[in-house]
Amino acid sequence: MNLGVLDYGAGNLRSVLNAFKAIGHEAQLVTEPKGFEGLDVLVFPGQGAFGDSVRIIKERLLWDPLKQWLKDERPYLGFCLGYQLLFEASEESPGVEGLGVAPGIVRKFLPDHGLKIPHMGWNQVHWEERGAKWWKGLPNPSYLYYVHSYYPDVADKSLALCTTTYGNEFTAGICKDNLMAVQFHPEKSQDTGLTLLRNAVGVFA
Amino acid sequence: MLTKRIIPCLDVKEGRVVKGTQFLQLRDAGDPVECAKIYNAQGADELVFLDITASHEKRKTMVDVVARTAESCFMPLTVGGGIRTVGDMREMLLAGADKVGINTSAVTTPDVIDAAAEAFGCQCLVVAIDAKRNERGSWTVYTHGGRTPTELDAVEWAAEVCRRGAGEILLTSMDSDGTKAGYDIALTRAVSEAVTIPVIASGGAGNMQHMADVLSGGKADAVLAASIFHFGEYTVGDVKQFLSSQGVPMRLV
Repeated sequence: MNLGVLDYGAGNLRSVLNAFKAIGHEAQLVTEPKGFEGLDVLVFPGQGAFGDSVRIIKERLLWDPLKQWLKDERPYLGFCLGYQLLFEASEESPGVEGLGVAPGIVRKFLPDHGLKIPHMGWNQVHWEERGAKWWKGLPNPSYLYYVHSYYPDVADKSLALCTTTYGNEFTAGICKDNLMAVQFHPEKSQDTGLTLLRNAVGVFA
Repeated sequence: MLTKRIIPCLDVKEGRVVKGTQFLQLRDAGDPVECAKIYNAQGADELVFLDITASHEKRKTMVDVVARTAESCFMPLTVGGGIRTVGDMREMLLAGADKVGINTSAVTTPDVIDAAAEAFGCQCLVVAIDAKRNERGSWTVYTHGGRTPTELDAVEWAAEVCRRGAGEILLTSMDSDGTKAGYDIALTRAVSEAVTIPVIASGGAGNMQHMADVLSGGKADAVLAASIFHFGEYTVGDVKQFLSSQGVPMRLV
């Protein structure tokens, strides 16, 4: 299976490559449009600001192939910003359009009642039954590692894979036949995260 | 519920763990990667490497340690010590660190905080603050590994680094550090209440109750400890079981 990790130059992708290697898959970096050729699964472990990322992905001519990939309903795994960008827009970068694969807006946590921001650390993830093939072998709830200041306010709850509570409850991941995208970091979540990646590769196999 | 984090810290000098670790099951307790694997297996929530290498030339060794650790430990890894510029940070992040810690350079050139937050996002940057009680009843910030006093008030400085875009504060009480008599609860609480970012308490852990005290009374989001773990008094798992029984939200592995 050919796994491609979208690289737009923003962050550290080594952890993601290492995590796939640990479950027996050598992933390659996708740095230019022709990198999409021959891929079976696209992984987008984005980090950074919503607007900056969209701008850089466009500058590197990766935006259109990415949109096409999703429009064609090809296999996709999104982590953190790779989850947030699936929605329509973000309060982080007003006026910037997201990929629009799922309805909803990405919102900022509010520092009410002493809530620390970023939401940083291990939090409980409550899995939805409909996504059972993605989280098989894991307890419900599971603990996964988060670090983020914004979260998608998912308009279509029928897409939900899981929820987490921080201040209030938010949809921490979505899944469809061809995609799984989550706010937390599987590549930083020890065995729980590796199980999730192994399941995902199995779903797409 | 978000759990409180337990973070072992390893002091590394020229690629070797110093201050001793006594893991009986290890062939080479001086190898930071071997120690990291043990803490990973014990269910540590994160890991901190503090590079105390004196010479700049030998710092490259740390990059290799980070890269090797990131190949086998899938948990957040912070590296601090000797990091001054955005370029230094980039090198560590590309090697596989998730966060970098700065201390002296944040005080001498505070703009580096803004620049790092801009370049990598605030979640990558941990500002370490070494604080010591003064005769006015507040706390003074020290730099250069606790050797140099500054004019800065620790609580005010914490609020400023938060405003400038730090993602987290690693707060060490110099009065408590090494005493094993407990964390400085008042300091930790004052800083935690002055900022909207998470605070890691450090310095003074002698037993598990000390950790419970600083997480509840001190309002810390995480605790850092070195010797209590290195000398095998408790495993990370023991600490988590105890804290959980005290009602502190913990991720039990």
